[in-house]
Amino acid sequence: MSLATIAGNEVHVDDEGFMTEYDEWSEELAKQLAVNIGIDMTDRHWEAVRFLRDDYATEHETATLRRMTTISGIPTKELFQLFPKKPAKKMAYIAGLPKPVGCV
Amino acid sequence: MTTLDTAPAVVPDFGDEADERRICFVCSQGNLDMAYPALIMANGALGEGVGVDIFFTFWGMDIINKGTWDKLQFTMLGNTAMHMPGSTKHLPQGLGGLPGMTAFATKMLKDQIGGMDVPEVPEFIQLLHDMGARFWACKMSVDMMGLTKEDMFEGVEDIINVNEFIEMSEGAQIIFI
Repeated sequence: MSLATIAGNEVHVDDEGFMTEYDEWSEELAKQLAVNIGIDMTDRHWEAVRFLRDDYATEHETATLRRMTTISGIPTKELFQLFPKKPAKKMAYIAGLPKPVGCV
Repeated sequence: MTTLDTAPAVVPDFGDEADERRICFVCSQGNLDMAYPALIMANGALGEGVGVDIFFTFWGMDIINKGTWDKLQFTMLGNTAMHMPGSTKHLPQGLGGLPGMTAFATKMLKDQIGGMDVPEVPEFIQLLHDMGARFWACKMSVDMMGLTKEDMFEGVEDIINVNEFIEMSEGAQIIFI
């Protein structure tokens, strides 16, 4: 774990660049994280990211894609369009959360 | 207070620039415990941005046949590793032949898998399709079993023969189950 400067803020990140402290995250930071991986945030992107943040607050683990679709109602197909190729990991990165650990 | 070095922000490599990796699964078995490994691995692969094709052949056809996909079963017969959850004591094979044992074992497996928040087979097939998996049915199996495309999940791309499968899977990794 090390400190990194993202959008002018010093935050804790792991070796891959995922933020490790839930409370250091802000939407301002998330905008920069999205830019870093080439995602242009729309309202729908924000809906997914905010859902992940809220869900983590109660569940203490990052929601898998299936949980996201079942509970947030954003279809899996759309998540793949919004965050191409690796939606679960990309969403977790932007939301400042650990990568999901569940298999499904 | 721990002192940490401030490093330039590392950006994770999501492999967006990597060559397109593909995995072809061959599903040849229709037992519930043989359907799930393929579906779970395919799900994992799709989530990693890997292209997935699944070729269903022989008893694996039951996984995409709408008449059977919600009735896949698990039997303890022939499974010498069978023991109760939390126990290391193997159950006698003869138990598996008792009436009702297959239904009992199937229900137990479904409950356990459901408890892991894994969907049942029909929902799982739809989920994989939504994630971008392509499904193929084996022509010889379809002919042998007297099936048509109407019997199968609507998302099945086509009925293809083995030559077409071999062509289609060129350059992909193949996992046979």
